[in-house]
This record gives sequence, structure tokens and C-alpha cells, in this order.
Amino acid sequence: MAIQFTLNGKAQSVDVDPKMPLLWVLRDTLNLTGTKFGCGMALCGACTVHIDGEATRSCITPVSGVAGKKVTTIEGLSADVSHPVQRAWIELDVPQCGYCQSGQIMSAAALLAKKPQPTDAEVDDAMSGNICRCGTYQRIRQAIQRAAEMHAAPMRQKASLNKKTKEPGETAAMTPDKPAAVGAAAGGAE
Amino acid sequence: MSSATMRLDRREFLKGAAAGATGLVIGFYLPNRLEARTVAAAAAVPFTPNAWIRIGTDDAVTLVIDKSEMGQGVVTSLSMLIAEELECDWKKIRTVFAPAAKEYANPIFGMQGTGGSTSVRGMWTPLRKAGAQAREMLIAAAAEKWSVDKAMCRVENSQVIHTQTKERLSYGNLAEAAGKLPVPNDVKLKDPKQFRIVGKAMKRLDSKDKTCGRAEFGIDVRQPGMLHAVVARCPVIGGKVASFNADKAKTVRGVKQVVQISSGVAVVADNTWEAMQGRDALEIKWEEGPNASLTSAAIGKMLEEGASKPDAAVARKEGDVTTGLASAAKKIEAVYQAPFLAHATMEPMNCTAHVRAGGCDVWAPTQFQGVNQMMAAKITGLKPEQVNIHTTYLGGGFGRRAEQDFVIEAVEISQAAGVSVQVTWSREDDIQHDFYRPASYSRFEAELDAEGWPVAWSNRIACPSIMSRFFPGSVKNGLDESSVEGAADLPYAIPNILVDYQLTETGIPVGFWRSVGHSQNAFFSECFVDELAAESGKDPYEFRRRLLQKAPRHLGVLELAATKAGWGEALPAGRYRGIAVLSSFGSYVAEVAEVSVDKKTGEVQVHRVVCAVDCGRTVNPLTIEAQMQSGIVFGLTAALKGAITINKGRVEQGNFDDYQMLRVNEMPKIEVHIVPSDQPSSGIGEPGTPPIAPAVCNAIFAATRKRIRQLPIRPEELV
Repeated sequence: MAIQFTLNGKAQSVDVDPKMPLLWVLRDTLNLTGTKFGCGMALCGACTVHIDGEATRSCITPVSGVAGKKVTTIEGLSADVSHPVQRAWIELDVPQCGYCQSGQIMSAAALLAKKPQPTDAEVDDAMSGNICRCGTYQRIRQAIQRAAEMHAAPMRQKASLNKKTKEPGETAAMTPDKPAAVGAAAGGAE
Repeated sequence: MSSATMRLDRREFLKGAAAGATGLVIGFYLPNRLEARTVAAAAAVPFTPNAWIRIGTDDAVTLVIDKSEMGQGVVTSLSMLIAEELECDWKKIRTVFAPAAKEYANPIFGMQGTGGSTSVRGMWTPLRKAGAQAREMLIAAAAEKWSVDKAMCRVENSQVIHTQTKERLSYGNLAEAAGKLPVPNDVKLKDPKQFRIVGKAMKRLDSKDKTCGRAEFGIDVRQPGMLHAVVARCPVIGGKVASFNADKAKTVRGVKQVVQISSGVAVVADNTWEAMQGRDALEIKWEEGPNASLTSAAIGKMLEEGASKPDAAVARKEGDVTTGLASAAKKIEAVYQAPFLAHATMEPMNCTAHVRAGGCDVWAPTQFQGVNQMMAAKITGLKPEQVNIHTTYLGGGFGRRAEQDFVIEAVEISQAAGVSVQVTWSREDDIQHDFYRPASYSRFEAELDAEGWPVAWSNRIACPSIMSRFFPGSVKNGLDESSVEGAADLPYAIPNILVDYQLTETGIPVGFWRSVGHSQNAFFSECFVDELAAESGKDPYEFRRRLLQKAPRHLGVLELAATKAGWGEALPAGRYRGIAVLSSFGSYVAEVAEVSVDKKTGEVQVHRVVCAVDCGRTVNPLTIEAQMQSGIVFGLTAALKGAITINKGRVEQGNFDDYQMLRVNEMPKIEVHIVPSDQPSSGIGEPGTPPIAPAVCNAIFAATRKRIRQLPIRPEELV
């Protein structure tokens, strides 16, 4: 039976084994290859996507688990590489081989959605599930703070958009699904 | 633009490029159905002066990158070398990866491939010359149009400018005319003083594609009708399939075929996950082979015995260590050991192949296109020129992707299954079927004179040989130089030196791992020299300084790192420094690590690393900084966590839970300082790795008075 969910803002239906991890549905069934396979055990973060705004490891998420939910992949983070995290990544020359960076960016975007001005410790905590074998961690730290800066002004006005954040008491700012004022204005996926 | 179109463009372009260079189509083959479009495309791109440059009438400048981009930044640095001389608009550059073709042979090792930190070193002259050739032809075309002497023309930002009339002609306008001119052989290269790109902090050209999921890695290749495969390989290294039953596997949803290949049994399915389910359902009897009872303990014994054998190959001999050892005041001995290590590239091994009658396409994240092409030809019986190698981005290389196993599998499966197939390795496949950094054993003896200066240094090394498999001809009289690099080239002024080597095979396959022999030998030598400094009661930095008086570039980075790190100045309570210096791949790197060791748990925290690098003339400081950071993380990961162990012939680790990687919360602050230099540019992809393990271990000694002589560092031994 087909499983239906929202993928990067559009209705999606797939007829696959419901046990099949979302990662492989994205990559092999739907040819959305930006989300990467790294370990298959939620140990490296390369497969990180947003499910209803939460950073989630798609390699251990059965596709049946996203029925009726909103899935955002790196391809849907912004329509034109304009999400502040993406812009900061480019500005600070973060990627090396680049393979882990989709997952890094999705984790960083989810962090900033919940904590628009994260402390260094909060950055380390949120990003420690994402391995980078090239060792781009120093620039990742810098780029997250840069994205937070870029984001500070426009997103204060967008605070009301953050309805999906599940953790209580957090300052609302940006959600991964409504990534950025600039992304939304430019016709971002959602 | 879809990736399929991009790939078509690559073929088209290269056909044009080769034709422009020689008047003949050479070096690669195009499937017949593409011929017509190819010819048309070549005509549309009129200016292809050599194998690396193509300029269209629309001003588009396309550069062919003939080295593999695995993070080290070659797409950007090689483009910089061309653009410096071509004087083209940096913003209009696009790049494509070269196919396998003889004009792209690596000038340093003669085959098309990327490794040994050779890309900028090898391509410095050829790419500048290529850029200058194109520039001179464009100038000649403009001079002809204006009927003036070439001396009346100058170039700037993809335009030729008439120096008197100030008229301008764009490169696109000149492309057709330039394409009809002869290619000059002798071209004048710019004086480095005129450089406006080389030496500048240029942002990576591939960042945008790598931040939106668009960069195509090998695992992202999608071809019409392509199926996915995984392979069941014998868990015992060196074992084979005895027999198998695929009945259950064939009932798994999506499984299309099960075929036996040289490395095991391949399950071919509609998608990777279904192929994995099918593999789980296979029933295979393995012939475990000669390694069936092999253990790490047995391997340790082989290496220990190797380092004691009398017939070792001499790697370096100066003076007479026996005389030195007899005359000295104090004798110091130590044994150091390093484990096997997996590469664990973030992108697991994979390859896509389509074998057809009369041709074969291979899409691979590969470091060694030249050999890939020969291997695919050998398997299929095709001629090498009938095999197209399409290089994708590499999700890490570190030497692993210089191997052929993943390419052989894809070609064999496609040939057996008769379809286009992508083979993907799970993380466990990747960690358990690697070509490992050799485990190594190093026995030291040294003597100090009455003032505490070393008079004799003996270093006997035993480890498996990479080269005896990879380039057997390079192993002479039992000496694999890659096994002793970083040891035999000890830079310290010691009158009597002996470094020898016992090639000791263990049954475990070994391969190039970022910085190769330097990775373990720097740990051995730079820790042992630190032991000598401690025994003589001297400061480890001053001790090295005095012994490096005749090694100016070592000394330069050592002093720079120490100064920037504040060597000798007070540190916060509980923090200690260690230092190490090494030359590799033509570059010189010194690192100072600041660490603390938890008194209760022995946990080591590395807070700060100060790195000084002399890599000759700077091409791109941003890339140098990134590569030093990267190399340090790579070496630090190994020092703190890395060990592949063997039990019953099987690798005991399988994923990132038991083969752990450094994570962002463990990342030290790294500062990189570049020594200004006008020496030839040298390697940067690897030289950052070797000094970090000894710098950290030497700092641990400063903190605990305990010597780490076996990696990885074990906190329980520091309590």
C-alpha cells in the first residue's frame, strides 16, 4: 500500500516495503541523492533530514514512520542555496570532500530553528552526532555562529512561524521547514 | 542541468579538447549513439588549445580537472593555476573532471591518478603553460583582427585590450579565430611577482554544489535502468566462496539476480536496501583460507620477531652505531607500536558500471583512473580505449580510493548481470574489507654523550609492505621505502645512525593511508627524540632546535610553531604542551599540542593545536589552512581512537560505534601559520597528519610523566 507524506513541500506517494528506511526511499526510489548513506545505524549523521522540523536520521527511520508527516531534505532546505546555514557554509569555505555536509547543514538548521543564538557548548552538543572525516569542525562551528548572526535580524520578525518546535520554553525563531525569511521569499520548498 | 547532461558534456568536451591538441581524436571512446551530438558539440566549442581548456563563443571557460577532488581542494587550486596565466574571469569558470586518457597522466607517477600530495606539485608547470598557451593564442587572434603587433595587446578578465585604442575583444569573440591558430610550444610564464590569483585566499569553487546536495558523488550516480548491488564477502580476510544457495535471497522483494564474482556473491536488486535484505538471506559456505585462525596477538609477535631478525634491509646507515653505542655515557631503549587502521571515508566504497558489447562505462569516486581503465579492460576483454572512466566527486579518499576492488566488483557484476549496476558497500563492508594502514613495530636504541647529546640512533622497523603489492618493482633488496619514510629521513644531527627494515607480511592487506609511512614513523621517531630530551634533562623544543641547525626548513617551522604557541610560557592549570616536527611530501610541518589529562579517568583532552607549515610557495592559503586542520583531525582521531584488531582472521570492528571518529565536541582549536616561501610549492593534503600523534603523546608525557609507546592512547594507562 502506498505511503503518503509531504516531501519538500509537495505531496509524495511511494509504494515500497514499509520497513524500508526513508534514506533509501529518498535516494534510490525518488533519486533525491543529497541525503547521504554513511553508517546505516544513526552513528554518523550523514543521512539527517527534518521530519516535522526535527533533525532525524533517515537511515533508521522506516518509511512507514513518516506517513502523513512533513519531510525536508537538503534539496528542500531552500530553493536557491539561500538558507543562512548554506550561505554561511559557502562564505566560510566549510566543505572539503562535502559528503557529510548535507547532514551537517540539516543538523545545524534544526539547531538554529530552536536556538537562534546557540552557545558554543550548544553547538557542540547539537552537532556531535555528525561525523566529518575531513575534520571541518572548526569551520562548522564558525559557520553556525555566522548563520546565527545573518539570521538574527530578519528572523526576529518571523518568530511566530515556529509552531512545530516540540521543546517547551525555547525561544522560537526559525523552523527547518520555514528555514529563512530569504528562503521563503525566494520560493523555498515549503 | 541534470547530472546525465553534465556527463555528456564531459565526453563531448574531451573529444573536442583532444582533437584541438593533436588534430586527432585520441585517448577515449564514445558510444556510437553519442557520436553525432559529440561532433556538433565540439564544433560549438571552437577553442580547445590543450587538454585542460575549452572556451566557447559565449565566453564560458571550462577547465578540465584531471585530479580527483576528495576534499583537498584541487578543483579550486588547479583552476587557480590555469586562470593565473589565462587571465580569465574567475566568476565564469566551470569545471569538469577528466576522463581516463593518456594526456592526463600524473607527471610525478606516470599514471593517471591522485595521491602522494602531488597535484599542485605535479601540475604547477603544465597547467600554467596550458593557460599561457591559450592566452597567447587569444592575443594572436586579436592582433590579427586589429592588424597590430601582439605587443600592442594586453589581457584582463577574459578580454584582450588594444593598448592604444582601448578597444576590447572578449575571449568568446576571439574563440573561433584562436581555435584556428597553431598551438605555441614556447610560451612565457608570468613572473610570480605578477600573480594576482596564485597566493590569494580564493574560495572553493565547489562549495555551492556541496551545500545543497547537488554535488555528484559516486554513490549518487543514477543511470537509466540501473540496478543496485551489494556483495557478500568472506568475513575472514583472504577467504573464498565454497558454495552458496540463493533460493531464499531470490524471494526477497526487489531482488533481480544473484551472481558470483571474484570477491564473493553479489545480490542485484531494484534498490540498495532490497539488495541488502537479499544478501542477509543468502546461505554461503566459506572456504576461510590461511588466515582462519589469525589474531592480533599473533601479528604482534610476527612484527616483534621481524624487528629482531639479523638480515634487515638497511634504509640508512651513517657512521657506526655499534661504536657509538659503546662509547656513550647513557643508553636508552624503547619499543613503539602502531596498529592497523581503516580509512573510513564518509562515502563508503561504491562504483557504477555498465558493460556492453563493444564498450564499458565506469562511474567511480576513484583516485586511480589509469589503472581503473586497464582493470576494466582486462575483465571485459575490451580495449582500454573502449572503457570510459567517469570520475565523480569523492566522499573522502585518504588513499583508499587508489585501490581497484570496488571498481572490479562493479564491472564484474555488470558483466555477469548484463545491466548497468551500482555496487554499494555498507559501513561494515567498508571497515572490514579495507587495505589497512600497516601495523608497525619499531625498536629504538640510542646513546647520549656526557652532555646529553645523542651520538647514536638505531631504529629497527618491521611492518607489512604496501609497495610489494602495489608497485612490486619499487621494492629493492627487501626495502619498501614507504615503510621507513619519516624514519630513515630523520633530520637531527646525530653522528651514527642506523635505520633498517624487515618486510613482514601478516596476511592482512595493507594500503596507502593519508601520509603513509610517515603516519606511524613520525609517532615513533618524534616521541623517541622527546625521550632523549627528557633523559638529558633538556627542554624538548630546545633539544630539537640545537639538533636541527643544519635543517633550516625543519627549524623554521619548529621555531614558528613554538613561538606562536607561546612555548615556555605559563599555561592554565592542568594543561601541558608537546611538540613534534616532520617533513613529508616536500613540506615541513611542526605542531604544538596543548592537552590535559583527567587524573581520575585518564581521559585526554586536546585543547589547542598550533601548526606551522612550510609548503613552499603558497597557492591558496584558505586551502592550506583547511588541509592542516583536516590532517590534524585525521591523525588525532587515529591517536585517540584508532585500532583495527583481528580475531580468527576477521576484523573485529564494523561501524562508528567500535571504530570511532573524532567529533566536533572533541575538536581542539587549531591555528595554522604559513611560512612565507618562494620555494616550489609542495604537498598539503597529507603533511598535517604525521606530527599530531607525537605532539599529543609528548604533551601527555609532560602532564603525566608516562610515555605512550603504543597507539591508540589508552586512558586507563594514564591513571
